[in-house]
Amino acid sequence: MDAFLFFLFAAIAVVCGINLVVQTHPISSALSLIGVMGALAVLYLLLGAEFIAAVQVVVYAGAIMVLFVFVIMLLNAGAEQPSNKSRLAHALGLPLLAALLGVLSYLIQRALPHSPRVIFGSFTKGTAREVGRSLFTEYLLPFEVISVLVLIAILGAVVLARKEID
Amino acid sequence: MSAVPLSWYLILSAILFVLGVAGFLYRRNLITMFMSIELMLNAVNLSFVAFSYQFQRVDGHIYTFFVMVVAAAEAAVGLAIILTVFNNRGSLQVDDVDSLKH
Repeated sequence: MDAFLFFLFAAIAVVCGINLVVQTHPISSALSLIGVMGALAVLYLLLGAEFIAAVQVVVYAGAIMVLFVFVIMLLNAGAEQPSNKSRLAHALGLPLLAALLGVLSYLIQRALPHSPRVIFGSFTKGTAREVGRSLFTEYLLPFEVISVLVLIAILGAVVLARKEID
Repeated sequence: MSAVPLSWYLILSAILFVLGVAGFLYRRNLITMFMSIELMLNAVNLSFVAFSYQFQRVDGHIYTFFVMVVAAAEAAVGLAIILTVFNNRGSLQVDDVDSLKH
């Protein structure tokens, strides 16, 4: 059952990822990205990360993607025009990306030849209680620093997107 | 066989990361390029959670949480920059934004 769920949602993630790259209209890419994020949330659950799975759906697929879709509709972004700046780069891109994927897969297989099998339910520390305890004891300083970062980001977004009224 | 090895999760993460790189390099629309960056961040998050499972520690989840917060901040500022670029240039094509080249 674990393997079936893994293959099903890995396939959904990869197909949606390919669709994100292939589509020329930004709204199609945005909907594909939501598909990738939903599939990844299920994979997080399989790995025992229930809190992260919930945050993935609420923050990523919910808040961030709503922001993207909102901007796409606000700007009325149409399909992009194909660019023909460099034929060589266009031709070399795919083989080099395939090479990158090959090198990454080889390194993963060499570093973890006998990695443990992922069994649903064998990792129980991913609950909100455990994550919260770690967040507010061991990682308290990074947590406070990142809250300042979010405040700065809010101010930056307001300043950048503001229209001059005067 | 009822369970997959952990390394398959890492390979899925690598595939998604390469797809994100491909989208960033091939697409010419600012918003689509931005979404490709989000795809790369998601791929790295999957690696963090997988390693968290391997070491039976919760630290990877904390890093994933921080990556999500940074991604949210980045999305807010980045989309504000895209709005400003569109207001000034009237286009979302990244080829049109080349003031620093000339």
